Amino acid sequence: MREIEYDLIVETVKNLAIEANSVLDEDMYKVLEEAYEKEESPTGKEVLKQILENDKIAKTEMIPICQDTGTAVMFVEVGEEVVVKGGHLKDALYEGVRRGYVDGYLRKSMVKDPLRRVNTGDNTPPIIHFDIVPGDKLKIMFAPKGGGSENMSVAKLFAPAAGREGIKKFVVDVVDQAGGNPCPPIIVGVGIGGNFEMSAILAKKSLFRKIGERHPDPFYAELELEILEEVNKLGIGPMGLGGTVTALDVHIEYYPCHIASLPVAVNIQCHANRHKVAIL
Amino acid sequence: MSDEYKRITPPLTDDVVADLRIGDKVLITGYIYTARDSAHKRLVELIKKGEPLPFDIKGQIIYYVGPAPAKPGYVIGSAGPTTSYRMDPYTPPLLELGLKGMIGKGQRGKEVKEAMKKYKAVYFEAVGGAGALLARRIKSVEIVAYEDLGPEAIRKLYVEDFPVIVANDMYGGDLFLEGKSRYRKVG
Repeated sequence: MREIEYDLIVETVKNLAIEANSVLDEDMYKVLEEAYEKEESPTGKEVLKQILENDKIAKTEMIPICQDTGTAVMFVEVGEEVVVKGGHLKDALYEGVRRGYVDGYLRKSMVKDPLRRVNTGDNTPPIIHFDIVPGDKLKIMFAPKGGGSENMSVAKLFAPAAGREGIKKFVVDVVDQAGGNPCPPIIVGVGIGGNFEMSAILAKKSLFRKIGERHPDPFYAELELEILEEVNKLGIGPMGLGGTVTALDVHIEYYPCHIASLPVAVNIQCHANRHKVAIL
Repeated sequence: MSDEYKRITPPLTDDVVADLRIGDKVLITGYIYTARDSAHKRLVELIKKGEPLPFDIKGQIIYYVGPAPAKPGYVIGSAGPTTSYRMDPYTPPLLELGLKGMIGKGQRGKEVKEAMKKYKAVYFEAVGGAGALLARRIKSVEIVAYEDLGPEAIRKLYVEDFPVIVANDMYGGDLFLEGKSRYRKVG
């Protein structure tokens, strides 16, 4: 067994929260610059210019890229040989979020219950998806997920007859309906298969993939590119003000499913494509 | 920032609003007010009860934002726009009382667009997710009402050269629809 200190986990999550909210992956700055070059609309270019400038300010000054510093979403892979010393794993993850959002001057966007809506004050609880894996490592994938793009996400359970074309049309329609609301240029995460909840988790997890990285299965890789092409014909453009760059990429993840089902979930990610991973 | 921008200062008159057309790039200097979901709900409840609002709304601009907390040495934290459609149900009564401008992101509903024509108002798009850039243009912050709402409290901001784009004008123009149809390559 390998022991990992409770305090180390707290500190790691705190830093993940602060860094993920201020600094994008290095490749994202390049992706946005390419989008600026590619965009045909002058208004779209103006929007992308401001986004690029913004993201540089955020990185230099270590302030949040966007005031919506999100729900703290984590995919956590716990090695079977890991033991947390000095406390419980879940408590450490919560405490890390609490410290990151309070000490890091991040916005607290969580309410205690969805109808009475009183703020929890420290952005807890996070939403955590645990997995048990072989080995002695603890992997924490952290993504602050903003409300604007999350609100435009949709899940639907199709009959298998809908097939490839049915899914393609559905995803493109979801993006079309969302328009400027999810802060395009967006990344479209698509989860296909599993069941009702699994499809949504797959869609969310797909957003961790790097821009331009294709699904290892050529069948799904091709579908990703086809959807991306269709989405960029919609004319929505940066912030929905018209243009040729609506999405930066489409990522699909799939899972086996029931003979009667074809679940599909579309999780939309805004241009502030924030995520950060730590392995302890 | 160059001369291609129109410059305005609230409170806005009908004449200023009349000069703004969709696609115009605008720099705002002066005082604007923040309000988002919960503050809008409270404002409209006051209107329904016939009670006065916590600030004089005539000619003013409301910015849909819930800023991040300020780091030491900063006036305000990251402060970009939130999605506007959520404020749609509360907007027409505010326009009726003289609200002249709104800053947010994303398209507006039919009722709001009609009320903007009727009461001569304008809707500006600020770049969503550009909260760090936009915060630099905010020079002072004062809480006016509903401090209990935290990021959703109503704040009076002094802004300098705050960059926005006219997305809906008082003539019924809609940049979202026009822009999308111009660049659309599918049915």
